[in-house]
Amino acid sequence: MSMRPRPEPVQVVKARRDAALAWLSGGIPYVRFLGIQFDRRGDELTAILPYADKLIGNPAIPALHGGVTSAFLEVTAIVSLAWTSLWEEFETGRIDPQELLDGRGLPSLPRTIDFTVDFLRSGLPRDAYARARILRTGRRYASVLVEAWQDNREKPFALGSVHLLMPQPAGS
Amino acid sequence: MTEPSKPEILRMARAFIEAIPHARELGMELTELGPGMATIVMPYDSRLIGDPATGVLHGGAISVLMDTASGAAAMSHPSQPLSAATLDLRIDYMRPATPGQAVRARAECHHVTRSVGFVRVIATDDDEARPVAMGNGAFTLERQQRKGPGE
Repeated sequence: MSMRPRPEPVQVVKARRDAALAWLSGGIPYVRFLGIQFDRRGDELTAILPYADKLIGNPAIPALHGGVTSAFLEVTAIVSLAWTSLWEEFETGRIDPQELLDGRGLPSLPRTIDFTVDFLRSGLPRDAYARARILRTGRRYASVLVEAWQDNREKPFALGSVHLLMPQPAGS
Repeated sequence: MTEPSKPEILRMARAFIEAIPHARELGMELTELGPGMATIVMPYDSRLIGDPATGVLHGGAISVLMDTASGAAAMSHPSQPLSAATLDLRIDYMRPATPGQAVRARAECHHVTRSVGFVRVIATDDDEARPVAMGNGAFTLERQQRKGPGE
């Protein structure tokens, strides 16, 4: 028989997962600067970029800065990928979530190798949302697709395709 | 079409950059301008850090800089487009930008058609021999309406 403990109450599990996510995304200064938040449903993340005047790139239309849209996609790809790795590590008990929350530093994050973004429509001056789909993740490389939309989920305004280098365990 | 004068191009491009709230927010400065070419510098800023362990800037902040420089290069093309918007941009990240150093993006709009401008862009820090990132983009160009219903 395994030595697994009894399942924890749902609120304990949720609180720990939410705290781990806040710790991951809140630990990156640039994510805080853009004001990006993450909504979690199980292990699925939706990134939210709340509208702010400082994000505008074209005041005449007005439209979000294309670079901000790129950055939003890239942040979503990195955090979603890091979250997936982190999730597996603490859900399988390889790392102790409490240790994470007790002030250990952020894990090494995946690093972008290259990034392609297609702008399908201009970003409106309102909140934007994005979700990443991890197409492949291996020990060294990962491929991630990211889609961002605003009012209408069926009408994405930007698509990103990202290749990332996975963080290598210390000593490798 | 008459070539715009150099000060005229510079004035237009400075106005282009200064009118961008997000470029102002990041302290971007247009330092060089030529026909279809632009260089923009972004100072190091701890708010833009992507990796708190090393202090390296987030790739997203570099993307914003490269996108802005590319747009400015397209706008300053001698064919004088009225506006330019990014259609797509691909960026290769060669190495992390050195913490504490400004990043400089030099963009060149090397070809235009009536409706599209093609741009390449290089980002460097103080070590200019080793680029931080390189990019290629396509920009939609808006032009003055020509006469005739066919256009």
